[in-house]
Amino acid sequence: MLSPQTLPETATPDAAPLMEMRGVTRHYPVARSLPIGPRKVVKALDGVDLQVQQGKTLGIIGESGCGKSTMARVLSGLEKPTAGQVLFEGHDINALRGAERAQMRRNIQLIFQDPYASLNPRMTIEQILSEPFEIHPDIAKRGSRRANLGEMMELVGLNPDHLGRYPHNFSGGQQQRIGIARGIALNPKVLICDEAVSALDVSVRAQVVNLLDSLQRELGLSYVFIAHDLQIVRHISDSVATMYLGRVIETGSYAQVYDASAHPYTQALLSAAPELRQDPAHARQLIMLQGDPPSPIDPPSGCRFHTRCPVARPDCATSEPELDPVADGHRARCFYPGPISTELSQGD
Amino acid sequence: MSTVNPADGAQAVDRSPQKSRGAHRRWWLKPRFAISGSIVLLMILMAAFPQLFTGFGPGPTESCDILKSNQPPSAAHLFGIDIQGCDYYTNVIYGARASILVGIVVSAIAFGIAALVGAVAGYFGGWVDAVISRVCDMAFGLPFILAAIVVLQLFSERNVWTVIFALSLFAWPGGVRFMRSSVLEVRNREYVQASRLLGASNGRIIAKHIVPNAITPLLVLQTLGVGGMISAEAGLTFIGIGLTPPSVSWGLQLAAARDYIDAAPHLLLFPAVFLTITVLGFVLFGEAMRDEFDPKGK
Repeated sequence: MLSPQTLPETATPDAAPLMEMRGVTRHYPVARSLPIGPRKVVKALDGVDLQVQQGKTLGIIGESGCGKSTMARVLSGLEKPTAGQVLFEGHDINALRGAERAQMRRNIQLIFQDPYASLNPRMTIEQILSEPFEIHPDIAKRGSRRANLGEMMELVGLNPDHLGRYPHNFSGGQQQRIGIARGIALNPKVLICDEAVSALDVSVRAQVVNLLDSLQRELGLSYVFIAHDLQIVRHISDSVATMYLGRVIETGSYAQVYDASAHPYTQALLSAAPELRQDPAHARQLIMLQGDPPSPIDPPSGCRFHTRCPVARPDCATSEPELDPVADGHRARCFYPGPISTELSQGD
Repeated sequence: MSTVNPADGAQAVDRSPQKSRGAHRRWWLKPRFAISGSIVLLMILMAAFPQLFTGFGPGPTESCDILKSNQPPSAAHLFGIDIQGCDYYTNVIYGARASILVGIVVSAIAFGIAALVGAVAGYFGGWVDAVISRVCDMAFGLPFILAAIVVLQLFSERNVWTVIFALSLFAWPGGVRFMRSSVLEVRNREYVQASRLLGASNGRIIAKHIVPNAITPLLVLQTLGVGGMISAEAGLTFIGIGLTPPSVSWGLQLAAARDYIDAAPHLLLFPAVFLTITVLGFVLFGEAMRDEFDPKGK
């Protein structure tokens, strides 16, 4: 176990992606206020196309309620998409049943936001970390499990002597390391981190991000890294996707999305982070957006961002832009991509 | 093999698990636990080994002298002598067995059914939950004592197990609802989702994650219910629908003493006091447990 996966040397963006979302839609029904009438739905994800490359990290950014966590749940297979497909190595993960599905699930693991809530409080760390091997007895022989657990503890930087303790005996950062150890126990190929470091304080956050970084190098893992901390996403990601109201509105390499943002929303989002704004190499003008994001129950017509967009024109309200390329590997869902001119945003 | 620096601050906080940490430290020494626990233990001991309390003397229906009928308490017979001329102290001690057995076994059966059915209803939800919940609602619609009377009427000879059967039939719906609601709380916890992602089966998730984390409130509820079951048995027996002779129970003794309340009030007094103390002991024990495990329930 825990052996590095063979990394194809020619891992170019054109290679077949490890994981792919194709037109994924996830709608949640809303309770009707009247017994009759149309049933409304929250469109948490609405036609999302994304690719996760082998051994790379895809960062997902966007404000609260844009569908990031729903995406983590759908990608990991905890929830089924209302429409569209989630492909892993070309196979639809929701088309499988029973044992095949369990085998597939081994490859995709999730790291949760709240480290304590993700560990059963009535189990010792040994029991928690043994669970993957009890479910999949083929991975490690019973006799060598104890040694494996010690190895896993060391891999995530914990003392193997602490296996007999309970989750509440550990600090938040240590608990998250235990969650990561459980996540990588089955030697998965994709690790989805849903706000995995948000609940940790700043110093511990850096340690856990460094741990994830070194695990990626050792084990050849691919990450989907969802966070609202824009700086950490920048640090860890190879490519970045921005989401707004259940749609991906911009994708590209981290340099393209962060330093040459094409979509006005991405520019506004990045400009809202003080630490990014103060970066002397990439001076940013603060772009203040007006109002709250519209309801995902009843999204605006045309471009979903036109109600708050500083550069919106009349046709933005009537037709919706596609996720069109603006540069090599850089796509944005905007009719008028490009930097917002300072005069224009100041003129408002 | 690791490139991770173990001194990466991960061990900066070393909270060793000390036995004395936390709110559960020496809870069994708190007065309410100590007192109610002693009563419960004493009564269970009395039910299991009544000989310990009667000095290994004759049994309740042995060495009776009908000529000494209804004598008040004396030095030789601490609780006096009953209508049959038997030592009443021996009878009252042996009467604990029926009450305790009914109380504990009925509660245990209700606990088992509620844990299983409630966990299934809460975990699977959907139509499974709907069917189980409606069956519970229907069982709730029947008055508990009345339903037990109807069932007991079907038997002409009624021993402890008949009574246990009749009470168990209708004792579980409250527990099922209780368990279901605490399972609903646990079901969506992240450690359950993590286990599902590892590929765990539903059975494994229920057994390893759901039940251990959802069972405590039910355990407390059923402990509180033991006292109720003991009084239900005594009540049914008193009105002549529960145990029948030759069983020995406090309910039967109370029923027999009813006719001699003027001539021999001690016959009513002693079983009544024992019954009250037992019920009180179990209820206090249940409440002490509830306060210990569920601070919100105070």
